[in-house]
Amino acid sequence: MSERENTGTPEERVPHRVIGTPQPGAPAGVATAGEPDTPATLDGGVRELEPGTGVIYPDPASARRAERLVALLFLVAFLAGVGFIVSYVAFQVGDIDRTAVSNLALGGTMTVAFLALAIGLVVWVRRIMPKYNLVQERHPMASEPEVREEVSRIFAQGAQESGFLKHKLLRRTLLLAAAPLGLAPLVLLKDLGPLPEDKLRHTVWRKGMRLVVEGTGQPIRAADFNSPGGILSVVPEGYEHDLNALAKATLILIKLRPEQFKSGTNLNWTHDGIVAYSKICTHVGCPAALYEQTTNHILCPCHQSTFDAADGAKVVFGPAARPLPQLPITVDSEGYLVAQSDFQVPVGPSFWERGDAEAEVRGNA
Amino acid sequence: MNSITARRRHPLARYAVILLALCLVGGAYALLSPTGDRADAAIASGTNDDVANGKALFEANCSSCHGLNGQGVPGNGPSLIGVGAASVDFQVSSGRMPAANSTGPQAPRKALPEWVTPKAIDDLAAYVQSLGGGPTRPTADMVDPAKGDPAKGGELFRANCIQCHNWVGAGGALTEGKHAPNLNKSTPTQIYEAMITGPQAMPVFNDTTITPEQKRDMIAYIVKVREQVDPGGSGLGRIGPVTEGLVGWVVGIGLLSLASIWITAKRRAKTK
Amino acid sequence: MSSATQAGARPGSGSFTPPKAISGISTFMDDRTGAGSFLKRNLRKIFPDHWSFLLGEIALYSFVILLLTGTFLTFWFEPSMQEVEYTGSYEPLKGVHMSAAYASALEITFDVRGGLLMRQIHHWAALLFVAGMMAHMLRVFFTGAYRKPRELNWLIGLGLLTLSMVEGLFGYSLPDDLLSGAGLRITQGVLVSVPLVGTYLQFFLFGGEYPGDDVIGRFYSLHILIIPGILLALISAHMILMWVQKHTQMPGKGRTETNVVGAPFYPAFMVKSGAYFMFTFAVLAGLGTFAQINPIWLYGPYTPADISAGSQPDFYMGFLEGALRIMPAWEINIGDYTLALSVLIPALIPLGLIMTGAALYPFIERWVTGDNREHHIADRPRNNPHRTAIGVSVITFYGILWMLGANDEISMHFHISLFALSIFGRIAIFVGPAIAYFVTYRICIGLQRKDAEVLAHGVESGVIVRSPEGGYSEIHVEPDEDIAEHIRGKKEIPTLPSAEADGEGIPPKEARGPLGRLRVKLSRTYGTDLVPLPAKGEGHVNGEHAAVGAGEERKQLH
Repeated sequence: MSERENTGTPEERVPHRVIGTPQPGAPAGVATAGEPDTPATLDGGVRELEPGTGVIYPDPASARRAERLVALLFLVAFLAGVGFIVSYVAFQVGDIDRTAVSNLALGGTMTVAFLALAIGLVVWVRRIMPKYNLVQERHPMASEPEVREEVSRIFAQGAQESGFLKHKLLRRTLLLAAAPLGLAPLVLLKDLGPLPEDKLRHTVWRKGMRLVVEGTGQPIRAADFNSPGGILSVVPEGYEHDLNALAKATLILIKLRPEQFKSGTNLNWTHDGIVAYSKICTHVGCPAALYEQTTNHILCPCHQSTFDAADGAKVVFGPAARPLPQLPITVDSEGYLVAQSDFQVPVGPSFWERGDAEAEVRGNA
Repeated sequence: MNSITARRRHPLARYAVILLALCLVGGAYALLSPTGDRADAAIASGTNDDVANGKALFEANCSSCHGLNGQGVPGNGPSLIGVGAASVDFQVSSGRMPAANSTGPQAPRKALPEWVTPKAIDDLAAYVQSLGGGPTRPTADMVDPAKGDPAKGGELFRANCIQCHNWVGAGGALTEGKHAPNLNKSTPTQIYEAMITGPQAMPVFNDTTITPEQKRDMIAYIVKVREQVDPGGSGLGRIGPVTEGLVGWVVGIGLLSLASIWITAKRRAKTK
Repeated sequence: MSSATQAGARPGSGSFTPPKAISGISTFMDDRTGAGSFLKRNLRKIFPDHWSFLLGEIALYSFVILLLTGTFLTFWFEPSMQEVEYTGSYEPLKGVHMSAAYASALEITFDVRGGLLMRQIHHWAALLFVAGMMAHMLRVFFTGAYRKPRELNWLIGLGLLTLSMVEGLFGYSLPDDLLSGAGLRITQGVLVSVPLVGTYLQFFLFGGEYPGDDVIGRFYSLHILIIPGILLALISAHMILMWVQKHTQMPGKGRTETNVVGAPFYPAFMVKSGAYFMFTFAVLAGLGTFAQINPIWLYGPYTPADISAGSQPDFYMGFLEGALRIMPAWEINIGDYTLALSVLIPALIPLGLIMTGAALYPFIERWVTGDNREHHIADRPRNNPHRTAIGVSVITFYGILWMLGANDEISMHFHISLFALSIFGRIAIFVGPAIAYFVTYRICIGLQRKDAEVLAHGVESGVIVRSPEGGYSEIHVEPDEDIAEHIRGKKEIPTLPSAEADGEGIPPKEARGPLGRLRVKLSRTYGTDLVPLPAKGEGHVNGEHAAVGAGEERKQLH
């Protein structure tokens, strides 16, 4: 960088260290024209920060070199752009492998085109356009006091002329007229949906409705679901594709050994160690679907609410405040698992009108 | 005095006593330990030779945690009576068993020790099957992905498996430090066996509720999806929005910050 | 248009006359709009040059790209929840029942050329839109650029950020896949927990029971029409305000509160911005090509009966997710009514605190400092240590919640117990920000000391001198003028006049009452300059120090 000679005192040898911003001073390149001491005001209301340093061009030779580089980059961009069009025509889609190829070709050419353009533009700015050190004045944002005064006078004058102040009846009835029209958009939204009534308190489960395997629709024989530690995702028969019903009626069916049950589980609602809980987490409604055979924990993957399947699905960790509701099940005459009734408490996330339904059920039991 | 006591101070007397004690204890053990009805089970699951080899392997490598007859050792290893050949094949072929000394929350898949060859697994499986029956190993036909319907399998997979293993089997967290592993290295046979035996915390999906054909469909889906290309570029682990956000910030904002530094950087003036 | 007089020689000679085509059009336009005077004032508008001033443009250009790619997607997307059987070309889903929305998203991916690319660029652009806004917002905050006259723009920016998060939520829910459906379910669960009106809100949004048949269509109208319209209007207002008020600038040589130093809009800044647009597009195109995002075909169609491990929302919702995860169980039953606090608190409090705090900050700062002047010189973050510390502790709070939104992924990949992470989070969201505040504050003070040292002692030059007595020392040089000016740009933080009573024992108006006394206390803390800079000429580069204990009560820095 600096050409240091070995002569002179250390002080003379000290390089003028530059960090970051360069010194304004002799520009790198073309000699400046003789200029006055006060910086000239240029067009557009700008002036130089220091005389002779406002607009400094790079030297023509390096600008020409830069131009060649920029031209090359723009050429690459052009080719990539053409390549994009060619790729579109050449590569079809229609299966996953062809989609992969098409995506790579189209995206790759697009990326190269934009990147080359971007780099070219930056080299243009940095090496061909001049260095600027121009200044523009700011004016306070606030208007002049005279202007403000005049505007308030105009405002008052106009208010006077409009009669708005003087004619009270006009004023009041105008506001009155606007009020219902302002409310109209809200009123129009009423038919967005039916009223909730007590729909959130019930699911589609009814007495005698069969439990079927989600995904296959097959009913389940209690005798078939006989491996302790087994689980199944279960939906009501006839509602396999009804998402509204599934959002409340999906169950997690678990086979435990009968001696594993603790006091929280209602044994009248189980059959031979098979217990059915609502799969809809009581926190915010994700399916609480993970089951650990070794700990009997049902884990909801969304926010880690954890329920003890052996103890009435009561909450052992996590933000859920209530246990998963247990569906009363039994077997029908052919040995298939069926519901005894709907859930005794509302399933899913808590809502304002819910109340402590579990306490009511305990009170009744 | 009789002849034995007269020789009691013979230099070799102590060895004779030890030999006698060993014979007594060994004989008592052989008489008193349960043997079960091995002959029939051996016919069902393999030749008598396989079972005998398996028993030898078992005693050498498994009995310290699972007991000499597979009855389990509380605090160390569960009982293997009734777990079946399928369990053994799954656990041993994936290297989970024999477990290391301190397993942590679960026994993970790991490299196979040298003695585990396919024959060794066959023998071990035959022996454990002989202990009390249990799920048997599926045939090659039962796990052939080409014979399964991946679309149907996908529906069952999404209903029963992805909550632990994630959409493509990339794995997921469980409680207390456990996790459901990713399925990238599991063979079709291992997948079938895992479903039917419910290893460790995994629940059991027996053949009467998810039929063998349905299991094969699920295997077809798992294999197909894990082998298929990621058409959008790198799959980023197929984990989901967490990695996508990370990449967006680190790569996206990072590169653009570098670009903005370059655009606005001022060139150093040459020093004197 | 005649040529301008420029100092410094320029290549070529003589004046430049625009070609007939351009002058023809511009005459045509000026005859009809009088745009000449606007152009005269504004073509050479000066824009300051600092790399951090470009961060907002990431968001701006991402928005433009969102509009372009989004329009492409609307040509094929069907916002309908009607159940169809899939007959497209992705084999593992053949014959599966799904909504028409999901099926059309699959069609765009596999059966439309460039469809996957556009989908991916659109989603990456959404992430960069929000991330760019956050980076920009942090820059504005840490440099105090939200102060008068820019409070309005700050509020508009916060509105843009909030609106864009909602827009993103609606957007990624449109394909109706199993991942975004989990988010939809959580939205319903949170809605329904709202006291008094929660169930009505749910039924109105979803058109009945969840998930209903309407919500995707409704999200679609909001996502392509209303919200982009509002965003466009707010962005325009944001840009116009910035144009009219002129951009802030970093302190430095020749820069004052009443000028702007930099490069002109035409041609330099225009081209730089254009280049940055190209960079943004290039980065997004690169991500869309090489980094797969939102692979909906792997997720499968939405059904409320299924869910996957590792279900997370897009990153900007992550902190809400984390809050929901670490919240302990808490529900209150009052008679026949239920207040689900384990849902309401995480859903409302963190977001509410951060957004309200941010919105009020310019006004609270004015209240504390009593500073009603315009500010156009940016603060270096170290020069306002309390503001910087507040900012970093909010980032820590947000960041801990965001990280905990991925606690199951962290648990699985780093083998840490899941519950331990949640419990750690419950403590960390209180302890973390406190530690961050303290550490940041000390770092700022340390950096200020370093600045003062540079001014007082100069910069090492690399030349070693040996004194006649045999000692070695390194010659220091004065820091370069630009750097010295940059450091000296440190402005005193105004404080309220002291709360001392006047002659009759009555404190000044703003210091009365408990609120007034609090205000004065805050003002003193916020504005006290612990590390004053040496005045010009007071530095002793290569000079001797004063003797120790030379009577100054202020902390010395040697």
